[in-house]
Parts: sequence; C-alpha cells; structure tokens
Amino acid sequence: MALSCVVIGSGNIGTDLMHKLRRSPSLRLRALVGIDPDSEGLARARDLGVEATADGIDWVQAHAAEIDLAFEATSARVHAANAPRLREAGITAVDLTPARLGPPVVPSVNLGDHLDAPNLNLITCGGQATVPIVAAVAGASPVPYAEIVSTVASRSAGPGTRQNIDEFTRTTARSLEEVGGARHGKAIIVLNPAEPPILMRNTVFCALPDGYDEAAVAAAVQGMVERVARYVPGYRLKSPPLFEDGPFATPGGPAAARVVVLLEVEGAGDHLPAYAGNLDIMTAAAVRVGEAMAEARVDHGVPA
Amino acid sequence: MSAAFRLTDSTLRDGSHALSHQYTAEQVSTIVAGLDAAGVPVIEVSHGDGLGGSSFNYGFSATDERELVSAAVAAATTARIAVLLLPGIGVADDLRDMADRGVQVARIATHCTEADISEQHLRLAKRLGMEAVGFLMMAHMAEPEQLLAQARLMESYGADCVYVVDSAGAMTTADARARVGLLAERLGCQVGHHAHNNLALGVANSLAALDVGAAQLDGCCAGLGAGAGNCPTEVLVATCDKLGLPTGVDPLRAMGVAEDLVRPLRPAMGVIDRAGLLLGYAGVYGSFLLHAQRAAARYRVDVGEILLELGRRRVVGGQEDMILDVALDLARQAEGSREPRGAAPAHRAEGPA
Repeated sequence: MALSCVVIGSGNIGTDLMHKLRRSPSLRLRALVGIDPDSEGLARARDLGVEATADGIDWVQAHAAEIDLAFEATSARVHAANAPRLREAGITAVDLTPARLGPPVVPSVNLGDHLDAPNLNLITCGGQATVPIVAAVAGASPVPYAEIVSTVASRSAGPGTRQNIDEFTRTTARSLEEVGGARHGKAIIVLNPAEPPILMRNTVFCALPDGYDEAAVAAAVQGMVERVARYVPGYRLKSPPLFEDGPFATPGGPAAARVVVLLEVEGAGDHLPAYAGNLDIMTAAAVRVGEAMAEARVDHGVPA
Repeated sequence: MSAAFRLTDSTLRDGSHALSHQYTAEQVSTIVAGLDAAGVPVIEVSHGDGLGGSSFNYGFSATDERELVSAAVAAATTARIAVLLLPGIGVADDLRDMADRGVQVARIATHCTEADISEQHLRLAKRLGMEAVGFLMMAHMAEPEQLLAQARLMESYGADCVYVVDSAGAMTTADARARVGLLAERLGCQVGHHAHNNLALGVANSLAALDVGAAQLDGCCAGLGAGAGNCPTEVLVATCDKLGLPTGVDPLRAMGVAEDLVRPLRPAMGVIDRAGLLLGYAGVYGSFLLHAQRAAARYRVDVGEILLELGRRRVVGGQEDMILDVALDLARQAEGSREPRGAAPAHRAEGPA
C-alpha cells in the first residue's frame, strides 16, 4: 500500500517534487502545501488535480491522521519551526533544506541506515552529487582527504543558497566525512552565469595513499554512478576516473596520488529546466527516500 | 600631501599564483617589511584564490596562510594587512580568525554578476570592525550598467569600496574607463580598480581609472600575479611620481622590493607570452594559466587551445576543474575515441599541484 505524503513548500523545488511524486507507484501525494494562495506552484497543483492549500503547517497538522510523510521544501528556518510539529503529529519528515536536524542521507550510500528516523536530511545538492563518489572510493581505498567542486548555473541558485553559501560549503564538506567516509573533507561551490545556462558540474578529488588498487577504485566509481543514475537518470561521468600521481600534501595527510572524477548532472526537466540538475538531484533523492520508506513499511508489516 | 589614491599591494596574494602558493613565512616577513618601509598603505596576504584556497583545485599552500598572515601583521608597522575571501571557497570562520590575527581589511570577491553571495561576508567584516571591500571579478563580462547594479548590492551590504576587477586582463582602456567611471559617479562608497597586464595595459588602465574617479588601485611587485601578471606596483608608483600624482610610496624603495626581494623568487609568470596574451584576448581568468600549462603538458594538448576553449565556454573564476575537463576533451578529439587516460603516461605531478 502506498504511503500518503505531502510536500510543504510550493516554490520551484516543491513543484518539481510534486511532478515526480505523481509518477511514484508507492507514494501517494495528498497535497501540495504552501502559504501564499496566489503561488504559481499551488495553481499548477490545482491544474493537475492535486489538492493545494495555502494554510501551511496548520493544514498538515489538522490532517495528520491522513499523512505518513512530509517533504519539506521550504527553508532551513521554516523547517526548524515545522519539525517539532510534524514529529508531534507522527509524520516523518524528509528535509530538503539545509536545516540538518536529522541524520544526513544519500540514497545510494546510507539509505537503509535511517529509515526509522523521524527526520532525515538530504544535505545539499552538492552533497547528493558527490558523496556517493567519495563513499565509493572510500570503499576501495582509505581516503585521507576528499575535495569537491560543484558548479551550478546562476539561474538555478535561489536566494536561499545565495544568502547561505557558507552553510552550503560547510554542510557539504561535513557530509564528505560523515557519509562519504573521508578523513577530511572540503567543498567549493561556484556559480556560473553563462547563457544558455550550464548543466550542473561536479568534480570530486580523492587523495589516495600508497598501495591503492586503481582497478578497484575505478570499478567502485563506475558502479556507484550506475546506482545513482537509477534514481537520477541524468547523473553521469564526463570522463572515466582519472588517476594522477602526487605526492600531494593534503590537509588529511600525505597522499601518493589522487583520483579525479568529473561528473555532469542533467535534470529530468519535470518542472525545472534540464540545466538545473542541482535541483533535480535533490527532488529525485527525496522521492527515492520516500519510496524506500514505503518498501520498508511493507517489509515490516506496518500498515501504511 | 594626501595621496591621489590608496595603493594595495597584492604581491603576497595575487602574486602567490606565480609561485604556486609556495611562499614561506620568512619571505612574507621580508616583503611586508620592505613594502611597509616604502610606504605602501595596504598589503594583501592570502592564498592566491583567497582564504581557504589551499586545495587540489587551486593548489595547496606550502605554508598555512594563517601563519603567513600572522607573519605579515607582525612585520608591518604602518601598513594595514588585507585578506581576500571568495564566498563558496572561504567561509565566515576564516574571516573571524583573520580579524583575531590583526587583519584590518577584508576584500570579498565574487564573479561580477553574483554580488549577492557576498552579503554574509561583507556584513561580517563590518561587524568585526574591518574595512570591507567588494571585489567584482571578471568585470569585463558585465556591461557598465549591470556592473553598477551589482556594485550597489555590495555597497548596500556595507562595502567601503567596490572594485572593478579585470581578472582576465581583458579590458581595453575604454572598457576600464567606462566601468570605473560609472561606478565612481553613481556609488556613494569608494571605487577601486584591479588591473592585469595581459594586454600590457595594467598601468595605463590604472591611470585611466584614477582619471575617472578611482580611489583605490592594486599592484604587485615585479608585475607578479595570475596570468601575464598584475599592474606592476613599482612601475605604477614611478609613473605616478613622474605625473606629479602623490602615492605616499617611495618609488626607489618600491623598485628595491621588486628587484631585490621578489625577482629572486623566480616566479613562473609575469611575461606576456602567447598564453598570457591569450588570456586577455579570450577573456579567461588569469589564475588558470599555470594549471592550463600543467594540463597541456600532462595530456599533450596545446595550452592555447585549452585557453580559447575555456573562453568559449564562458568559464568563470574558481572553475579550475574545467581546465582538466577541457584538456581531456581536446585529448579525446586528438586521439579519436581512445580513452584519454592512456593518452599520456602518468607522471609525477608538479609538486603540490
């Protein structure tokens, strides 16, 4: 049986998520929840026959009995205010904001670890795009230091990202360590205003100590890219993993070599344009998390 | 006599690119002492890509920049020490640490159309009691009116000065004049100009900027710096002296620092060779040069082709990873469908890359 869910936040991300959820066999979209009755997202929901409300978290609380899962696509500040009310109402929160109240989750890496948590956080788009690669490399070799560069089209970076760019870099860096398994992580974000807008690009550098197995690392990366591409179809390698000899004096210690993984993320173009792979990877990850929860509840015999 | 403008010497920040970020604390102390004695009012010290720039992508610093900055603060008697921070690379905590170390000027740099990512850091700099400078990079890519709108954002965040930064050394004198002039006319805060020398216009554009109202200018001793180098500090000072424009800096002492302290470091750049000129000609971020040369050697492709393609892709500052991407694409094109990894034997990377 499908899990009943709502999307809180009727902006670009919430609207894109709505489109994806409507295709999900195991998630049933109960409503798109906003606060502005004139929002474009709510109008789109109505056009699609999805219930649209501008009554915000109050509506969610009033309908708590009908809702299993809430996707939070607002802002870190709003989610911090909503989270206790969702928890009280017994609704699991999948958080697409950088609030980081719950454990960080990347579906291809640690999805199974936190399916029972009342609140799961999806880190950042940069984290969703790069942590899988770091985790793959870390599965084949120790990674004393991992560094990522995420470049997104200016037009796909909203005011929330722009005003909180520090939180983006810090949260992403931390996830390279906590979820990716690197000893030390560093994240860099660049906004590129080129027209037509560029696709989201990510470059992952992992330091490799002496004695690493090049074939094993390359295979792990390839395998991981395929795993992510199952829920983010536009996620792909731009070049085969590149091995370069050092030595490098990294903040995580000396490294004999590094592997460089150049990635491109093209969005599915549901509501957001295809260049906004950075937004698409977040909504796609959110759906994947929701579907895994639905599967887990069936497995555990929990009535859904 | 009050100076015609305030000079910031960036030998120890932008110049750091030419030394692959290998400055030692001792070199920093000596150069700061020399510049300070010459009367240079502001000296910038950081990784070439700003605080937190030490990385695979931009090259690791040989010495932690915090140590370098502390050495600079200790060596300066009258000069103010400045740091550069690019939001997305450096973070607020880096700035707090720098304020604790005695840094007095925070320069916050963004691409010329992305000024709104500087709000957190400009406001923080002011709260920490620092002078806050907004740094609009790659300013040749924005029309004057567009640049003005971005500069106004920085001013609204508290910037005491907003710089028109010619990171690619791509501006003609008319380009510099139009941008600096409009900002100087319309902003309430000061306006600065940061010139590179790829088109051999570093000094000329600085003087033009001064003519249309710039209150701050940048230079690097011996023209050290990203790309074909920066406006050379000692040449700017000497030229101003001849023009009767007071700088507060002793030209002979400035020449001494450049000749005796900086040139012996044997920097890798500062010449307008083909690659250096191409940066200015194609409008490519100057810091890409050494990285492009390394990628060209490693993957056996032409450095000029890399730079031209980066220009076509409208890559912006910070996207050093795209150099590798372009080099691999070119190698693939050159070798048919062969995998680029096999195109050149792996060899030892150039020290801290």
